Order: sequence, then C-alpha cells, then structure tokens
Amino acid sequence: MINIQSLKFSYRPNRPLFEDLSLHLEAGHIYGLLGKNGAGKSTLLKQIAGLLFPDGGTCEVMGHKTAKRQPSFLREIFLVPEEFFLPKISIRSYVAANAPFYPRFDEQAFYSYLKEFAIPQDQQLTNMSYGQKKKVIISFALATNTKVLIMDEPTNGLDIPSKSQFRKVMAAAVTDDKCMVISTHQVRDLDNLIDSIVIIDDHKIIFHQDVGTVTDKLSFKLLAQLDDRLPILYADSSLRGHSVILKNENMEQSKIDMELLFNAILSNRQPIQELFN
Amino acid sequence: MEFKDSQAIYLQIADYICEQVLLNKWQPEERIPSVRELAVQLEVNPNTVMRTCELLQQQEIIYNKRGIGYFISNDAVKKIRQFKKDSFITNELPTLFRSMYLLDIDVDELKPYYEKFKKSNFK
Repeated sequence: MINIQSLKFSYRPNRPLFEDLSLHLEAGHIYGLLGKNGAGKSTLLKQIAGLLFPDGGTCEVMGHKTAKRQPSFLREIFLVPEEFFLPKISIRSYVAANAPFYPRFDEQAFYSYLKEFAIPQDQQLTNMSYGQKKKVIISFALATNTKVLIMDEPTNGLDIPSKSQFRKVMAAAVTDDKCMVISTHQVRDLDNLIDSIVIIDDHKIIFHQDVGTVTDKLSFKLLAQLDDRLPILYADSSLRGHSVILKNENMEQSKIDMELLFNAILSNRQPIQELFN
Repeated sequence: MEFKDSQAIYLQIADYICEQVLLNKWQPEERIPSVRELAVQLEVNPNTVMRTCELLQQQEIIYNKRGIGYFISNDAVKKIRQFKKDSFITNELPTLFRSMYLLDIDVDELKPYYEKFKKSNFK
C-alpha cells in the first residue's frame, strides 16, 4: 500500500534528515510510528501525504508517486496533522466545503463520531478548544473512509475520557482494505491498538515488526531481582523492580511494553535486531 | 475491561470469553459478538481479537460458521474446564501450596473458607 524506497530528504543542505530510508506498509494494519523528537516522524508522514517531496528515491502510495499529487491519490489519503488551522465557519459548512473531495465520505458516520466525542454540532470551529477541534478533525478523517489514514500525535490534547473514545472509534474504523499510520509519543494510550511498530532514528527506519512477532521473540517482565543467568537484553530499574526484556526462550506470551522496547532499541539496538534477522 | 501487564492481550481476551461461558452468560450454540464488536468494546486492534478467536477455535471452544460468525461449541464448558484446570494446577497451585506450607495450613482447614467464598460470590 505504502512503498518508500531509498528516500533521501533534507530541509537544509548538508543536514540530511533521511538517507536511504525504505519502508513498506500494508493494508489491514494500524502502524505505530515511534521516534525521538526531531527524528523525522512528521516529515515522513508529510512525504507519504504528498506534502513534501523526496530529494532522492521514491515514495509511492497505491502505485501513485505522492509528489505528483494526483487527485486519484489525494482522495484516498487523509492526514490529521499535529498542528492545524480551522477557518471561522460552522461544522456543517466545513463538511460542505471539504467532504466533496472524498468520494466515500460518510456524513452519518461523521456525526455519530462527533456524538461519541460529545462535540456540539452547531458551533463555530474557531470557538472550540484545541481538544475539541482535534476531535472534529479526527471524526472527519475517519468519516472520509480513505484507504490511507495518517495521524500525527492524535491523542495529544485529548482529555482522559476521549482517549478511550478514540480507541473505540479506531477499532471500529480499521478494516482489511485500510492502512492506518499513527505517530505518537504517548504509546500507553494506544498500545493495544497498534499492531505493528515502526521506529525511525538515525536518518532511517531501524525497526519494523508486528507485535505478534515481537512477543514471539521477546518476553517482557517485571523482576524483583536481576539474575545473570537470564537472557536479559535490556533492563530498566525503578522502585517497582526491574522491567526487563528477555529473549523469549520458553515460548511465553507476555504483553508488549512499547516504551521499554523503544528505549531498548534506541540504547542497544544490535542484539535485539539480530534476533529478528 | 482492565488489562493486566503480565500476559499477552489476546490471551487475556481468551480468558474473558471463557469466563463468560463458565458464568453461563454466553450459552453453547450461541453466537458471540463479532470480532469488530469485541475490538470496539475492549478498545483493542481487531487483529488481536482475531488471534484470540483462532486460538479458541483451535481449542474447539468456539467454532466458525462461514459468513455468520463465531459460536460457542456444544461442549465448550467441558473443554474450558480441562484447559483451565491444567493451567491452574501447573501455574497457580504451587504458589498457594507454598504459602500453605509456610503458614502450616492443612487442606481441610480451607474448606469452610471455600464454601463461604462460593456463597458470597456465586449464589
């Protein structure tokens, strides 16, 4: 569905952000894109959405080169940006102006998402709080029914109850023919929703695995004491004990801890990567 | 549903479904909620629920009617009890026995507590 080959990109000369970045994403999954601040998560999402163009290599979505911005591609993709501008119009006018660009837009679904998020329907967009605006955009994005849906930090600014509502609407919206990519720092908000992890660092993709494969190869545990005889790959110690990642030698089925995995891969990538090769 | 950190989500969902059956909330030959309905209710990825259903189908606790959905097997209760019993004996009993040994508690001593527990929780 999304096919990026040897992508090169820089905002400024001699300061490359991406060098030889390749990534292949399929329909039917919710991908979690993780990376440090400034690693290029938003830039990568903008490349996929056709808002930035490669300096080298290719970025294709459903066979379309995204930089060409063909209408047949743009109507199949929606990006929920982290920062956005909404005009001073009502929700209804916003839908009337924007929905026609998306042939499968489902107006009924849009208003049911708004209801789920408890957003009053007859308000001016500019009179809403940041979190409310975000919910309007998320509802609109899901209602477009595009094949590719990209969200940059969607849970930023959402209050506590709406994070649960967000997970519900996402679980309802993902289907076999849709590809969803979410970039996030708040992995705990979304860790049961994401089924594949993509980590970007050091100008390229350094880790890309589905959660099932990760928990087949690795086991995540909280230990009272560290034991040298255990195949420990990474440990994070706190008052609660030691959160560790072990080689999964006994086919245990543990729950993935995405934060721990992310820290482990950024600090000591090689032994973990070797397990997946 | 509150998930624990200690076990894979798809296994926790399997436990949840089995519990509904053991508590007679879902009856044999009854259709269970669809993969999507369960995913929305539990706020998880539908692929995770799919994995749960594949596991339970393999254990013959549920079966698939093509195009309709998953149904509880006729002898699901028997199957679940067998699986759960094995896991209880290998995983949970040793911890209990250890405490009982350390505190010098006899097996017979537990009986009134067990009866009381059954009465207050399930009657």
